[in-house]
Amino acid sequence: MASLDDLKKRISSVKSTQKITKAMKMVAAAKLRRAQESAEKGRPYSDKMNNIILNLSNGISDIGNAPKLLSGTGEDKVHLCVVMTSDRGLCGGFNTNIIKKAKLYFQKILDEGKTLKIITVGTKGYDQLKRLYGDNIIERISFKESKNINYFDADKVGKIVIEKFEKKEFDVCTIFYNQFKNVITQIPQEQQIIPLKTSEKDENSPEDNYEFEPEEDEILSNLLPKNISTQIFKAMLENSASEQGSRMSAMDNATRNAGEMVDKLTIEYNRSRQASITKELIEIISGAESL
Amino acid sequence: MSEEYSVEIVNPEKSFLSKNDVTEVVVPAFEGEIGILKDHISIISFLKPGIIKIFSKSGEESFYVNDGIIEFKDNNLSILTSLILNLKDIDKEKISEIQKSAEEELNKSDINDQEKYLLDQKLEVLKSIN
Repeated sequence: MASLDDLKKRISSVKSTQKITKAMKMVAAAKLRRAQESAEKGRPYSDKMNNIILNLSNGISDIGNAPKLLSGTGEDKVHLCVVMTSDRGLCGGFNTNIIKKAKLYFQKILDEGKTLKIITVGTKGYDQLKRLYGDNIIERISFKESKNINYFDADKVGKIVIEKFEKKEFDVCTIFYNQFKNVITQIPQEQQIIPLKTSEKDENSPEDNYEFEPEEDEILSNLLPKNISTQIFKAMLENSASEQGSRMSAMDNATRNAGEMVDKLTIEYNRSRQASITKELIEIISGAESL
Repeated sequence: MSEEYSVEIVNPEKSFLSKNDVTEVVVPAFEGEIGILKDHISIISFLKPGIIKIFSKSGEESFYVNDGIIEFKDNNLSILTSLILNLKDIDKEKISEIQKSAEEELNKSDINDQEKYLLDQKLEVLKSIN
């Protein structure tokens, strides 16, 4: 049995850990509110963008002439995966869930004999992937320095992706991120951004005749690269809200577990203290009796 | 009453502006300025750097935009842009900053004609504001 002193030390160490996790939970909760707000505010932009692209692509009559970003290269050999994770740890299963989803996809690609290329955004993803897929990682990006998520960071990632696409380095591009549903639920997502998957056009009535200035394909070829950045930006916003949510619930659990541990240890401490008192009493009494 | 329609300006971070009593919007479209009145035909176009002017019952407002796309449909005008500044409370330093980065960009050798055109436009507009 551990000595009284050891128990005391353990209790105080668990208590200070509890203080840390509690503070982290508070910070995450405050950040979550902000992140959630900006994720919600960012939605109209990407929704509208999607709408316009949908309308535009429906207007295009000749699929063969459509920009490559929309129709693809016509091949399906090289897959680029953009795995978006956080820069910081201690956020529960947040990163692991994305990585798990991504790994499943990677395995599928490799099993089909296709080439796999990976871009990691956020340092945690790189750390988890470098051992198994180190050779596949062609680029690693991290925005540790930027305090808030801003569009220009997303634009940077978008530009890298587009540049690689123009150099014909890959055929299909998929991004992985966590979609924020609520504080306890984040859903890992895979979303194909090149070639763009547009939903069926049957919802749109044929009377949607737009006037285009300049021509449709020119607008599209200007719009599609922007859409890539927008989608990445949206993913980043969702991701940051998810990260904070995930951290908050993880830290909440940790605080609760630490509390339970403190309770258990305190009982053990009190018992052994009582035991030693009883032992001393017995010693004194039996000493007196023998006189 | 019937002369009014609604406009919404969105940037990636948030919905920047939303108005329901607009009578005319002038946007710097890629091939020249377009003024949009009520019951304009549905149109999609993209913007070059320039000034958006919004005329409404409550007065006139001007904004600087870097780029963007507009969509007009059923008397709803949506403007999507990555950078928008209200000319009323504009910050001179910010303008000089954008101007500087545009000048640097222009001096790069590997830009194509379209990019050059856009940057020239941008500088011209920025100068006129400053």
